[in-house]
Amino acid sequence: MAGRVKVIGGIARQVLRDKRLTIWHKARKSWFTPPLSPPDPMQLFLPIAEVSVNAFLLLGMGGVVGFLSGMFGVGGGFLITPLLFFIGIPPAVAVATGANQVVASSVSGVLAQLRRKAVDFRMGLVLLVGGLAGSVAGIWVFARLSAAGHIDVFVQLSYVLFLGLVGALMLNESLSSLLRARGRAAPVRRAHTHTWVHGLPLKIKFRASGLYISVLPPLLVGALVGFLAAIMGVGGGFIMVPAMIYLLGMPTKVVIGTSMLQIMFVTAFTTVAHAVTNQTVDILLALVLIMGGVIGAQLGARVGVRLRGEQLRILLALLVLAVCLKVALDLLITPSEFYSVTAGRLP
Amino acid sequence: MIRLVILWLLLASPAAARYDTTGGEREQIVAGLSQNAVSITASYVGSEILIYGAVKRESPAPLGAPLEVIITVEGPALPQIVRRKDRRFGIWINTAEVTIDRAPSFYAVASTGPLEQILSDTEDLRHKITIPRAIRAVGISAEAEGAPAFVEALLRVQTAAGRYGWAERVVALTEDTLFRADVALPANLIEGDYRVRIFLTRGGVVVDALERRIAVRKEGLERFFTRMAFEQPLAYGFLALIVAVVAGWGAAAAFRLIRP
Repeated sequence: MAGRVKVIGGIARQVLRDKRLTIWHKARKSWFTPPLSPPDPMQLFLPIAEVSVNAFLLLGMGGVVGFLSGMFGVGGGFLITPLLFFIGIPPAVAVATGANQVVASSVSGVLAQLRRKAVDFRMGLVLLVGGLAGSVAGIWVFARLSAAGHIDVFVQLSYVLFLGLVGALMLNESLSSLLRARGRAAPVRRAHTHTWVHGLPLKIKFRASGLYISVLPPLLVGALVGFLAAIMGVGGGFIMVPAMIYLLGMPTKVVIGTSMLQIMFVTAFTTVAHAVTNQTVDILLALVLIMGGVIGAQLGARVGVRLRGEQLRILLALLVLAVCLKVALDLLITPSEFYSVTAGRLP
Repeated sequence: MIRLVILWLLLASPAAARYDTTGGEREQIVAGLSQNAVSITASYVGSEILIYGAVKRESPAPLGAPLEVIITVEGPALPQIVRRKDRRFGIWINTAEVTIDRAPSFYAVASTGPLEQILSDTEDLRHKITIPRAIRAVGISAEAEGAPAFVEALLRVQTAAGRYGWAERVVALTEDTLFRADVALPANLIEGDYRVRIFLTRGGVVVDALERRIAVRKEGLERFFTRMAFEQPLAYGFLALIVAVVAGWGAAAAFRLIRP
């Protein structure tokens, strides 16, 4: 009995499918393999990227990344930009718009840190000067590589390198501190140890940080971060914060506020520079991402307070490594099409 | 006098006989488009355009080869850079590129039957109807001419992306007189004038041809942002910043109000 029902069901399905196919064939008078999707009110045509994307998808992406960044206290640019690659936004637009999104997410952070007086303005200024120089260099390299057709690979390689490095360091750090917490009695790292950094010339006093060091290391750190902001569309906090703590020996209480200040101004400059040189900033895309991001960040910050630090940091490290792996695989796997076409502009 | 007549015939005949290969039984296209302008707005997801028309004739339709209709839609031409990836140091990177001076950003052909049966090679060469011919017609640089693999790749990639396409038997022809076809324009359109050509063929020979244009323009917010981004990039960059600052700060402030 059951068998017969199954057979009849199978035939009925077959007939139905045939019928549907015929209807579909008749309905498909259009010329193209993908039939027109039914009008979707949430579909958004992005003016600069020139692609049509679901607004909810973008809002959700911004929200999830914002949630993570609020929870972990990171900028989130390093997640937004690769995610934009994955949904088909041209890399140049993804990078420039990513920088714009970082501006928004750092503004509220900077205001909060200013209220707490946790910003070293002099250090921020030195980092910023380096950052602007790095950003200018980055924009130039970006434009040159775009023209030569190597920008996608360069951006992807940068992501693999930095995400892999930072993910591995973070994982190592949080695993060992987890072990330390279990085993206790580990040597406490001191912030104020004298290293080669303290032997360099051009020393200035950074009162808020209680430091008297050369301006060269902060300038270089700032420049590296500015370069990465222009190339990768990230804030660069994941590089700057460890560098400020371990290389410059800054006290942790001013590190976050000072790095955010630098990030806000450098990404602001980068956004304008990309808009002027490459015309790749998509305001509509940025706006939707920011909307989702800000709401997600607020929720994430609330959740983050209640969770334990080390496990969270391991999770973030794994997430960073996962994104790194995905980007790396795209470079390593043999593509199905060896050729790509880019439309140029009329002379 | 006779010489004059012969001269007049010689001069006039190419123009007169261009599509009139059947002598006195001239068949002409009368056609229209459901819309001759497409606006790309924020909610644009592609559009469908109906191309319809009729065949006008003074005398009864000639016997013999059946009447066929071919319709092409061509987007504005742009320089196209075709790049080839190779494995270097274990990763896939672009190693070679060829610039094709101008190729249509969009090209589609629809017909009442298989093109190889309803269109002769010489007619295709003259009117540049099939995709490879139409692409080459627009302008292939000497560099690209020496690299046929790149031109083939352009066709392949653009076809896979839905920018080039053809479909046979999608133009409906009723009683050898009325015809209609629906054209689906994709969501990722480039602004410009799209050229619609309609050809009437008999036995592989083009009997009449007609051209129409569809103006594709960005409208509203899309138009505002695109124009500003390219015409006043500095102002646009600052606008992007203002939007980011207001949205970032405003949303945080709003959250503080909701939950102090």
